[in-house]
Amino acid sequence: MTEALLEVESLTVHHGQLCAIDDVSFTQREGEVLAVIGANGAGKSTLLRTIAGLHQPTSGCIRLDGQDITTLSVNRRVALGISLVPEGRRLFSSMTLEENLQVGAYHANPGPFDIKRIYELFEWMPGRRKQSVWQLSGGEQQAVAIGRALVANPRVLMMDELSLGLAPIIVEKIYALLPEILAQGVSILIVEQDVSQGVNAADRVHCLLEGHTSMMGTPAELTSEEIDRAYFGAGLHNLTADSGVLE
Amino acid sequence: MIWLNIVIQGALVGGFYALFACGLSLMFGVLKVINLAHGDMAVVAGYVAVFLCPRLHVAGLWSFLIVVPIFALLGYVVQRTLIQKSIDRDPFTTLLVTFGLSVVIENLLLELYSANGRSVNIGSLIGESWHPASIIYISYVSLAVLAAAVLVLLALQLFLSKSGIGRLIRAVADDQEAAQLSGANYRHVFGIAAAIAFATVALAGIAYGMMTQFAPTSGGVNLLFAFEVVVIGGIGSLWGTLVGGIALGIAQQFGAHINLSYQILAGNILFLVVLAIRPQGLFGRRNSLA
Amino acid sequence: MVGAALLVCLLTAAPWIVPAEFATTLTNFFILVIMATMWNLLAGYAGMVSIGQQAFVGLGAYATLYFAIKGMNPFVAVPFAALVCAVLAVPITYLLFRLRGGYFSIATWVVSDTALLIIGTIAVLGGGTGRTMPGLQSLSPSETAHFSYLATWFVALIVVTGTYFLLRSRTGLVLASIRDNEVAARSAGVNVTAARRSIFIIAAAGCGAAGAVLAISQPFIQPSNEFNLQWAAEMLFVSMIGGLGTIEGPIIGSILFFVLQQTLQQQGVWYLIIVGALAVAVALWQPRGLWGAFRDRFHTELLPVGHWVEYVPSDV
Repeated sequence: MTEALLEVESLTVHHGQLCAIDDVSFTQREGEVLAVIGANGAGKSTLLRTIAGLHQPTSGCIRLDGQDITTLSVNRRVALGISLVPEGRRLFSSMTLEENLQVGAYHANPGPFDIKRIYELFEWMPGRRKQSVWQLSGGEQQAVAIGRALVANPRVLMMDELSLGLAPIIVEKIYALLPEILAQGVSILIVEQDVSQGVNAADRVHCLLEGHTSMMGTPAELTSEEIDRAYFGAGLHNLTADSGVLE
Repeated sequence: MIWLNIVIQGALVGGFYALFACGLSLMFGVLKVINLAHGDMAVVAGYVAVFLCPRLHVAGLWSFLIVVPIFALLGYVVQRTLIQKSIDRDPFTTLLVTFGLSVVIENLLLELYSANGRSVNIGSLIGESWHPASIIYISYVSLAVLAAAVLVLLALQLFLSKSGIGRLIRAVADDQEAAQLSGANYRHVFGIAAAIAFATVALAGIAYGMMTQFAPTSGGVNLLFAFEVVVIGGIGSLWGTLVGGIALGIAQQFGAHINLSYQILAGNILFLVVLAIRPQGLFGRRNSLA
Repeated sequence: MVGAALLVCLLTAAPWIVPAEFATTLTNFFILVIMATMWNLLAGYAGMVSIGQQAFVGLGAYATLYFAIKGMNPFVAVPFAALVCAVLAVPITYLLFRLRGGYFSIATWVVSDTALLIIGTIAVLGGGTGRTMPGLQSLSPSETAHFSYLATWFVALIVVTGTYFLLRSRTGLVLASIRDNEVAARSAGVNVTAARRSIFIIAAAGCGAAGAVLAISQPFIQPSNEFNLQWAAEMLFVSMIGGLGTIEGPIIGSILFFVLQQTLQQQGVWYLIIVGALAVAVALWQPRGLWGAFRDRFHTELLPVGHWVEYVPSDV
């Protein structure tokens, strides 16, 4: 059994008076793809942003490799190995493709990914590296955002709503990259509104409904009915120790 | 010939305005902070030069070598303490804090140095000028300041576009959160940007002290000019700042030519006209002011 | 309510109770209260930080001067001066509203500076050197002091109570919604720009009235005094220290300011340095100001303008 890489324990996050995340716990193991799915407003993005350090939780604990990172600053967490590809790409709009990657590389940890390696991963990039990023298509921008996060050599790569605003064929291409990233020793945590993509790509699935966990399990043992119910919330099912897959 | 002189004199003073304004532009572009104490910082630099030069036996001409690094350090420290604290609250607070600081600084200087004018002593250089044609006198000091302004803007442009830290600064200016997610310690980057801004404003203040006399209240009127330059030239463009400075300088010289008391008014009018017709400035990006 | 009525009567009778110099101090105090209340309306409620309100102080003063030169009684000219400022404010908003945040603020100052410079070129109004307000020569100095005090006191009363009722009205609710979340307010159908514009015009009128009574109480009118940036500094500091976004705040701040000014009068400008440093400290560490802190601590309201939302569960 592989060790827990990222542990989230009883995490509660508020936006002002609104409770966005309510007592959520899960573990990400090394080398696995964990998908967090849920409807709009379920709290998925808030979860990733809190793990990345952009929000402070009201209570609960986040650990990376056993080390408590709950109060660390965003850039400290990047240095320790957590990278987030934020929702909406958030590229540096006044800069070129290459400059965006260079910013990501400035504080990079040593590891298999450097700009050269990113250019091998995305063959179309070298030819357009001097272009301003606002001239790129949505799918290309997403690739640059992933590259920018990868080049820091994270232990855990978190990706928020990869498929948002992209054509299905582009989304498939991006998801096809995941095994290659995994092969380099990076664990992946994805957040998806698109259930089929999320479940297909994942080793394990965690579903959020209005801020709390509605379901956890592997794709193999979850029927699509169960996923629908967990996603939309009709008749809440809590598969816990019964499912036999959770610690 | 008169018109040529107006343009030349305007360009010369415009160089100074551009040097003065680039710190303001940097602070706003990166930190999103309008430093209402910007003008007063330049005046403080002048007083520091006046204070230190005789004590350290340094000629006024070289005072910037000492004062600029001091101000760079000061900028970093002030940013990491006061300014960061007000940024953490809201933009409102930074306006109020910098305005408050401006008033406090001006009145403190008034108490310490009285309202008499001072200048940075550069000996006989102040009067010397080049006399290429009948009524055209180009003072060496003004020419040197214009050259310095162009050099500083060039260096700044190169620094921002080619260096790693320069890229970080631009990244933080574009999207602070995304820069954090890329590993940047944004407060440190803010500090660097503030240090650069303070350094340029110190240089501008000393230049001012060499060209003319300054007093505790000089900061206010120069802040106005710096702001007008940034709006006329366009936010986010260093070369816009240079062009804006020269445009303002020429407008003022033109106004002064009509009637000496119209000098500042002419500049204000140019500013208001640009605001009315093209609010993003000559080289600015649209919506950058909104 | 009784206390308020008593206070009003007392203050109205003041000129006959207190010596003339104190009446002058009270006059200056109320001028500051008017300006601070208006600044607070602009900044605390409409989110517009202006460091150029002295433009309207000056314009109000000079409008009064103009009317007085034309033969009107200066006291009668006060509301007209306020009206002039309100009218002038309209085109100014179209210029200023192109900017936001700090750029808006500095632009207000540019406007003020421009007004100063333009007025300074008009010879009949005294040009750069200034001139005396006509129409007051028939009064003795103490009569001038008393009557200008009464005028100022009444203007202050109108301005403060007017602001109070404005904020308790629907407009006040609109303003609070804009202040809290502009995007949400817009999507709820609020015409944010129109609301801001009306507040700017009101604040211009208020400061114009302040300038008018200022001109009467200090009858030598010159641009450098009427358009002085110091008014902006005082309005701002006083509102910040007292408590932004409250009616009581500017009043309390003004009291503190005057106490400090009177005590430290001999030490040159130290009182201003202290007040400025205090305002900075308040902004950084206690942004709700003195009144805000007091209110939080003791849960009292003198002039409540806030709204509480009550959750009423439905019967379904």
